[in-house]
Amino acid sequence: MSLKSPLGRVLGLGSSGTGTEHWLGQRLSAIALVPLTLWFAVSLLAFPTLDFYAVTAWVAAPLHAVLLVLLVIALVYHSSLGTQVVVEDYVHAPLQRTLTLIILRLAHIALAVAGILAVFLIATRAPL
Amino acid sequence: MSQVSRPVSRPVSRPVSPPPSRPLSPHLQVYRWQISNTLSILHRLTGVALALGGLALGGWLLALASGQAAYAAANWVLSSLPGQVFLVGWTFCFFYHLCNGLRHLGWDAGYGFEKEVARRSGLAVVAAASLLTVIFWVLALTGMLE
Repeated sequence: MSLKSPLGRVLGLGSSGTGTEHWLGQRLSAIALVPLTLWFAVSLLAFPTLDFYAVTAWVAAPLHAVLLVLLVIALVYHSSLGTQVVVEDYVHAPLQRTLTLIILRLAHIALAVAGILAVFLIATRAPL
Repeated sequence: MSQVSRPVSRPVSRPVSPPPSRPLSPHLQVYRWQISNTLSILHRLTGVALALGGLALGGWLLALASGQAAYAAANWVLSSLPGQVFLVGWTFCFFYHLCNGLRHLGWDAGYGFEKEVARRSGLAVVAAASLLTVIFWVLALTGMLE
């Protein structure tokens, strides 16, 4: 057992080296979302009609499928981090806050799985 | 040694003190609303709205994966009047969150903190988001990009 005080042990060690993941993840996903969302918006505008077969064939193109999965991942991650902060700021009761955060996180994981799997299913169904 | 100054006692009756000129923490009841805090709040609101929009996007992709009937149902919901209102709302939220997000990234890199610059970039964000929303829907409804 060390006789040093807790303060004495940590003095001079600098920061923990962690703790910036949330902030960095929010910025990184934001930067990724700029081209991904703009590409998706322009692609939607370029459809003459949102016909079932036309959209299916478009999603099934390998490049589009990859970009769509990236879009889903970046969007869900960014949304998960962002809404988490909102709940942490405004929901004060400990139990409600924890429950809301758990539900929010699970919902975002479910949305990511649904989005990625949907793109995969659409892409594999389409006749190439 | 008797020259040690004593603390001056307060006058018994004080005139009503003017409000302090130092900045106060933003209690909403006394906070003077300005562009910066309005746009900051709007950034959060549009972010939450877009989180729900992500849910709609997931639902739309899932419907497309489920087959023609589900896809037709999803498009029927989106092309109904409430659906169109939501889509236009999400479009503005998207362009606003995008433009203001770029403004935030600029701040993160250390640019644009001066009061007047921050005010003007805020106004520019609102103008750009509104303009982009209009352009998007003009293009969508006239089919000029098809």
